Amino acid sequence: MNELRTILGDVVTRLFTDLVTKDLLESAETGTWPGALWQVVEENGLTLPLVPESKGGAGGSWGDAFVVARAAGRHAVPLPIAETIVGSWLLSTSGLDVPSGPLTIAPVHREETLRLARAGGGWRLSGTAARVPWGRAAGHVVVVTEAESRSMVALAARGAGEITTDQNLAREPRDILAFEAAPVVAAAPAGRGVPARAVWLYGALVRSAQMAGGLDYLLRQTSQYATERRQFGKPIGSFQVIQQNLAVLAGHTAAAGTAAANAFRAADRGDAAFEIAVAKVRVGEAAGIGAQIAHQVHGAIGFTYEHALQFATRRLWSWRAEFGGEGDWATELGRSVAERGADALWPHLTAR
Amino acid sequence: MQTFRFELGELPPEAEALRAEVREFLRHELGDAAPVRRAHSWGGFDREFSKKMGARGWIAMTWPKRYGGHERSALERYVSAHWIADRQSGPLLLRFGTETQRQQFLPAIARGELSFAIGMSEPDSGSDLASLRTRAERVAGGYKVNGTKVWTSNAHLADYMIATFRTHHDPAKKHEGLTQFLVDTKLHGITMSPIIDLAGSHHFNMVVFEDVFVPEDMRVGEEGAGWKQVTTELAFERSGPERYLSSFALLLELIREVSKDPGERAAATVGRLVAHLATLRQMSLSVALMLQAGENPNLEAAVVKDVGTTFEQEVPEVVHALLGVEPTIDTGGDLQQVLGFLMQRAPSFSLRGGTREILRGIIARGLGLR
Repeated sequence: MNELRTILGDVVTRLFTDLVTKDLLESAETGTWPGALWQVVEENGLTLPLVPESKGGAGGSWGDAFVVARAAGRHAVPLPIAETIVGSWLLSTSGLDVPSGPLTIAPVHREETLRLARAGGGWRLSGTAARVPWGRAAGHVVVVTEAESRSMVALAARGAGEITTDQNLAREPRDILAFEAAPVVAAAPAGRGVPARAVWLYGALVRSAQMAGGLDYLLRQTSQYATERRQFGKPIGSFQVIQQNLAVLAGHTAAAGTAAANAFRAADRGDAAFEIAVAKVRVGEAAGIGAQIAHQVHGAIGFTYEHALQFATRRLWSWRAEFGGEGDWATELGRSVAERGADALWPHLTAR
Repeated sequence: MQTFRFELGELPPEAEALRAEVREFLRHELGDAAPVRRAHSWGGFDREFSKKMGARGWIAMTWPKRYGGHERSALERYVSAHWIADRQSGPLLLRFGTETQRQQFLPAIARGELSFAIGMSEPDSGSDLASLRTRAERVAGGYKVNGTKVWTSNAHLADYMIATFRTHHDPAKKHEGLTQFLVDTKLHGITMSPIIDLAGSHHFNMVVFEDVFVPEDMRVGEEGAGWKQVTTELAFERSGPERYLSSFALLLELIREVSKDPGERAAATVGRLVAHLATLRQMSLSVALMLQAGENPNLEAAVVKDVGTTFEQEVPEVVHALLGVEPTIDTGGDLQQVLGFLMQRAPSFSLRGGTREILRGIIARGLGLR
């Protein structure tokens, strides 16, 4: 990891450690938008890693985005940082200006499409997108869709559509956005390297980083708890059965971090579809197993709202299903592997 | 809690070039080999093959040239995936051997002419390795050895055994008093008997030492330094590519089978396994890079082996669950034969080189639990 990225990691960790308190998380879950926190995160240049400096971004890479998204996951930051990273990348890669404030991306389901049609001098957006992350909080939504036989990126303001609120297990907004020939702020043909299903693909990418961060938290927190909690006259972590379970958690955490990091590296190189599929499958599996072990080691206290463990585990349970669950991505991955043929597998792996 | 570091790395261009060379060689050597033969991958013992590898310069890749080595990087060694012949004997002598021992053994190992077995486990010392009891008593000019080693792979074929014996006994300090030796397997007083594995194959042996005289100059390192030397070797052994690729041949047969008509369930099964495999490759590569950088990735190596062997053992189970074909011996299709072979081999994956439980204990120590 290069030095700048290490500094970036230190900055985000310090910032989130100081500001993302239990009180803030609880208040966000009741529907309060943590505006002051967003402002600090934005001012520190963490939301636009892939936007060129000339356009107000950090001029960085997906590798930098990984550091931010993973840290956001580790601290359960109740903000659409990951969505803004993807949305702002889609806009700037397609030559569009990036507005300030939080962004979201849509549609998040493969089977949904929003329609973009020319009207007068501009474009109008129609259709419904369900479970859009932070829909009510984001100032703008970035949409990728097809119009006039080409892939388009469009930017619509929050007020352009009707919002029906919904949420995921972690009480993060997952809202229905309905547009009826709504005017858009801007639209342009998708930039180079933006696939037609970019929202689905890069949504899965950032969720894999957030989950890897969530697992980092689970491993650290659970190891810590096992050295503090005493039963039968000694710390429960001195029992071999607990040690073995924590070692399994450590293995999944290491695999998740590696798979996610590798997908972001691939995104910096270009076509990352293979690595993103690998990451969403591997990290999603780790999330389920990790949450199970963390809860088992924590016992009853970890099952309470009072204990912070649930901020991580409820997110992991939702995030692994968002932008495609393990089954979706494994099927796609398996088909691509089968298509290339058995003998191409190892050369393919070592060439990437 | 210690931090686990799995930094992504890139292989240098010379390692990538070597990969092509090795691939071509293997295509030539193993081109006609049946999949079930290839599935033996790391368990085989083939002296002629070793000599060919030696002639190509693929054994002893990282050693100094004066000992017959090739002074290439650990990463080139990594892609050649031929860690077996030089994995333990060479590094041990390079680190702890005398100059005379290096001159005597290393060039022959590098040529693929000399093979070694590893004598560690004993009837009452498996995971509790430090409890081993085979005694090496000082006598004039050397040591007199009495005791028994078991599970000694390929001892019946090897020229020498790297054996760990007890030279000093203090029940309170069992990790002290262990010493490593190079033992000629033809020495007077050594009796070997085969231990047949559950599949009917002979690679394990029981090796009994009765008043075997081992000359002083065959001791490796100082008296009592054996435990430290052994644990150093294990770090190397645990991180190699064979620690996640043992079932690769079966994955290939599965893909071949599924490619004919990939239904959703079959595709998802293959995709999941490939996701695990691709991730393990990056993790293993990361450990190789740390070794090359002179770091000590003991903890990360233990993680890779634990995650890797879990994957290796899962492959036959997953194939069974998906296809339900009968595993076979010698009959049936390639997939059935490879499945039959690996089904019977799989239990050993999480036993050799440190059991799963021992590895997880090491990981737990890294987590600050013990």
